[in-house]
Amino acid sequence: MAARDIHGPEAPWKEFQVVGKSHRKIDGMAKATGEAVYADDIQLPGMLHAKTLRSPHAHAKIVSIDTSRALALKGVHAVITGADLPIKYGVIPWTPDETALATDRVRFIGDEVAAVAAIDEDTANAALELIDVEYEVLHAYFDPREALERSEPTIHESRKNNNVSKHVELEFGDVDGAAETADLVVKGEYQFHGSTHGAIEPHCAVAKVSPEGVLTLWSATQISHYVHRALARVLEWEPQKIRVIQPCIGGAFGGKSDPFSLEFCVAKLAEITGRPVKMLWTREEVFYAHRGRHPMQLAYRTSATKDGKITGVDAKILIDGGSYSSFGLVTTYYSGQLLTGPYDFPSYRFNSTRVFTNKPPCGPKRGHGSVQPRFAFECQLDEVAEQLGIDPIEIRRKNFHGEHTQTVNGQRITSSGYMECLDKVERGSAWRERHRQLPTGQGLGVAGSMYISGTNYPIYPNEMPQAGIQLKADRSGLVTVFSGANDIGQGSNSVVRYIVAEELGMDPTDVRVLAADSDLCPVDLGAYSSRVTFMVGNAAVDAARKLRAKLVAAVAEHWEVEEKRVRLIMGRAIDLEDTEKVLSTREAIQLAEAKFDTLGSTGAYNTPTLGGDYRGGTIGASPAYSFTAHIVEAHVDEETGRITVPKVWCAHDCGRALNPRLVAGQIEGSVYMGIAEALMEDHKVNRFGLHSGPSLLDYRMPTAIDTPDIETYIVESVDPEGPYGAKEAGEGPLHSAIPALANAIHDAVGIRLRELPFTPAKVLAALAEKRMSEGAAAGGAAAKAMAKKETH
Amino acid sequence: MLRLPKFRLEEPTDVAGAVALMSEHGEDAMIVAGGTDLYPNMKHGLFEPKVVVSLGRIAEMRGIEALADGGLRIGATTTLAEMAQSALVQERAPALAQAASLVAGPQLRTMGTAGGNVMLDTRCQWYNQTHFWRKSLGYCLKKDGTVCHVVAGGRKCVAAASNDTAPTLMTLNASATFANDEGSRDVKIDEMWKADGIWNKEPGRGEILTSLHIPAQSKGHRGAYGKLRDRGSIDYPLFGCAVRLDLDSEGVVEDADVVCVALVARPLRIKKVAETLRGKKVGTESFAEAAKEAADLADTQAKPMDNIPGESLYRRQMVPVYVRRTLQAAAEGKGPVHHV
Repeated sequence: MAARDIHGPEAPWKEFQVVGKSHRKIDGMAKATGEAVYADDIQLPGMLHAKTLRSPHAHAKIVSIDTSRALALKGVHAVITGADLPIKYGVIPWTPDETALATDRVRFIGDEVAAVAAIDEDTANAALELIDVEYEVLHAYFDPREALERSEPTIHESRKNNNVSKHVELEFGDVDGAAETADLVVKGEYQFHGSTHGAIEPHCAVAKVSPEGVLTLWSATQISHYVHRALARVLEWEPQKIRVIQPCIGGAFGGKSDPFSLEFCVAKLAEITGRPVKMLWTREEVFYAHRGRHPMQLAYRTSATKDGKITGVDAKILIDGGSYSSFGLVTTYYSGQLLTGPYDFPSYRFNSTRVFTNKPPCGPKRGHGSVQPRFAFECQLDEVAEQLGIDPIEIRRKNFHGEHTQTVNGQRITSSGYMECLDKVERGSAWRERHRQLPTGQGLGVAGSMYISGTNYPIYPNEMPQAGIQLKADRSGLVTVFSGANDIGQGSNSVVRYIVAEELGMDPTDVRVLAADSDLCPVDLGAYSSRVTFMVGNAAVDAARKLRAKLVAAVAEHWEVEEKRVRLIMGRAIDLEDTEKVLSTREAIQLAEAKFDTLGSTGAYNTPTLGGDYRGGTIGASPAYSFTAHIVEAHVDEETGRITVPKVWCAHDCGRALNPRLVAGQIEGSVYMGIAEALMEDHKVNRFGLHSGPSLLDYRMPTAIDTPDIETYIVESVDPEGPYGAKEAGEGPLHSAIPALANAIHDAVGIRLRELPFTPAKVLAALAEKRMSEGAAAGGAAAKAMAKKETH
Repeated sequence: MLRLPKFRLEEPTDVAGAVALMSEHGEDAMIVAGGTDLYPNMKHGLFEPKVVVSLGRIAEMRGIEALADGGLRIGATTTLAEMAQSALVQERAPALAQAASLVAGPQLRTMGTAGGNVMLDTRCQWYNQTHFWRKSLGYCLKKDGTVCHVVAGGRKCVAAASNDTAPTLMTLNASATFANDEGSRDVKIDEMWKADGIWNKEPGRGEILTSLHIPAQSKGHRGAYGKLRDRGSIDYPLFGCAVRLDLDSEGVVEDADVVCVALVARPLRIKKVAETLRGKKVGTESFAEAAKEAADLADTQAKPMDNIPGESLYRRQMVPVYVRRTLQAAAEGKGPVHHV
């Protein structure tokens, strides 16, 4: 770690003035009043509207495309196909297997085939109907097991004789030995289904090419920088001729963290037509773009001693990747690498295989790659506790790995507030008085988890900073922050404002933030892997301290006192030893501007060297990990099978809450999302490969009335390397909601649901099975008693 | 966003004007009230009327009137929210108020209307989809295609009647008044259905439902509605059942009726319910037993299909549960039966 990146968790001036207090989001009022400008709000003179032609087949070769009839339609300005944008890309540089439009093959129903720019949307839609495509239909795979076992045809030509997207097998310690010597071995097979993000704003992009040949792209993306790189690659433009701007965004959750077809298409169409071009996807198209949670089939074997110490975990995971790689390489690693906390176990093995299928491509959804294994393992842990007669919270305490330690797979753990998280939810839910003591049909379940605050794997290897901040201050008294980060509603612009205001002793509203504009802002890698608060926050501290040093020096010189006597606080500079000496921040900036000339500073962050010394050892290696504990209360109607969740208690260790209100919001949103996908949401295709219901009517996202009450607890372990000790809060609090629910259902009605989502039908089936086995057991016992009588 | 196809909107201010417009434009015209059914369907390319005749400005079609004989007349453009919240409807036709309160969600109920729910197009997972989706499928029997994806080899459309209020109106022995170019006519709600998912109504597409008439109910009238759905709001029924009980002064059942919806193209009356429940006193063990028997009747008569979303096997499991619970709720003067 570079010295510049270590700032320490302490307040700059003894006590925090801004950090730790609840402030409004920087864009809260603009969003509430409708003033915020989203990509679709952008209207430019002469702008054309573009639409995408999509594949009606799940898997087919394109024999021919004839666009002449579409081009002849009045009002149509351009039609492009795969031949216009043939260069492959992918968010992970090692697996570029996507093209903006299909070149010779379509791989799922909804895959992009051609794009039209026309004077309005209706004309563009009409033109799509006039594009003639001849397909040669191929065998389509909807079952990942079939895709794994069958090699002809392959979905990607680059894969010889198989449909494997990525395979990772890693073993640490002696897992089989642990199983042989264990007092208890619990085995189970689990199925995690697909779900999608459901951000309220559909994807939208606008492009224009200026007379001097600069391409500007506005896009609803959470990874402006990777979009910038991908545009340069695919369009074969020099990157400095491209400007990428992320306008206000209506949610992302991982669903906007790939470069998408529409971004290349509007750019190319703008280049061809010389006019600005906009494309707004329909909700249905967003379901096809997907990149949501990977369905996984997981088999776990957990070994334990009789006093509840876990000695080994063995996992085999089949991952259904859908039609393209997306983040799949990382997903495959994450499915194993992120399970090794908050518990210590001496042996661990995972064997994960991601296969391609002819379905919308999966990618990162909140809790990328680790929500599924976390579900399976925390259910296993509950079974171990039950079989050994140990309280489920106690078994988690017993196996806690502690702080400032290393996991079995070589990940460095710094701060961990996991024990406090368990304490909080245990007390809050009255666990000791209620677990296993509620009436039949009602239950409590607990689970815990761990998640990354970014990783030191920067997607494309380079030595440059992972996050950058630039500050400008001038005689008006305004400080402007230029942030590379993508604010996707998580509040990154607000966070950098709080940090800069804290460091400069300013009123936060006098710090304005301009973000995610590649012409103006330094590079940040994007809003993914919960990296932004940690990395961009540290960069903001770095930049602000440099600017602060200038202000302090100028004021000290002006007062002819030592610099250590100057303190910046609440919009003023004061002399700690002479209360008569007071200047406004504006005056301090003017003094500094006079002394140092035009004022600015830059700040950056890079992760320290982290991770295990083996191939893939850096994937999932984070500078700090967040920890979460959930207790879920579930009620089960045994006649209808319906599960209701009246209450969830969630404690999350975010290091330090820079704004507790935003942290609580992230926790609540995560809990809602977790319970939603556990009970209702199901992203699947039907027997034809068609998405079973690509609309917000048929894809059942819970409404306000369907969501539980939530009690949130913020735990502050104060991480040594986070900005003021902060860690992530946006993804971790989703994970353990799902296994805690599963464990609560077991407490309520004695069934173990291992297949998500927990539909009423599955509950009824499990209850029927339980009754049968109980009946058989009772029958068996009766028979045994009879036999005993007879021999007597 | 999906595009709404272009059309001409006509906004007559009286029924005669609306009838004249429908007559003038024939098959090119469609009727709209709240638009919560028609407009999404138009966005999906299911209908492309050149002219849409809005009933929104026709004052005579809106409102709830208490009839002197104890009945109700409900104007067709009365919103579902008004109907659900009306003390009159709650008192005189409780099942109808309950059903109206569970249609879609609060925002849609302030637009959706009493008449619109009765005239709701049938629904199917292979039909209520975008044009792209249906084209990829190769279309279906109900629209643009020749194949039914619900019943292999099926020749008749089995898209499901999905209107929550229709079965309650049937149990209430209600009738609807339709205006057409020959004047107006009354049709018993019981008699207005056909077992054809493409158009499941006896009145023609061009006839305008102007009002609903609910006759006075018995002194001991009890009614309730039960609705199965995934979410506590928004969703169309995965199964719905309306119940009417007529009790004598002692609380003994004199007559009973159960009508279910979200099964096949038309609402389905469960046969022999009255015989089963007659003579049973509510609140007794024998009533509970009879309610179970009635639920079993529903179980053998109502067979959910894979037409609407949701596992048909599970929906089938829920038929007797919801029928029994709704009978029980009606007996207790409660309801609706709904999971939230």
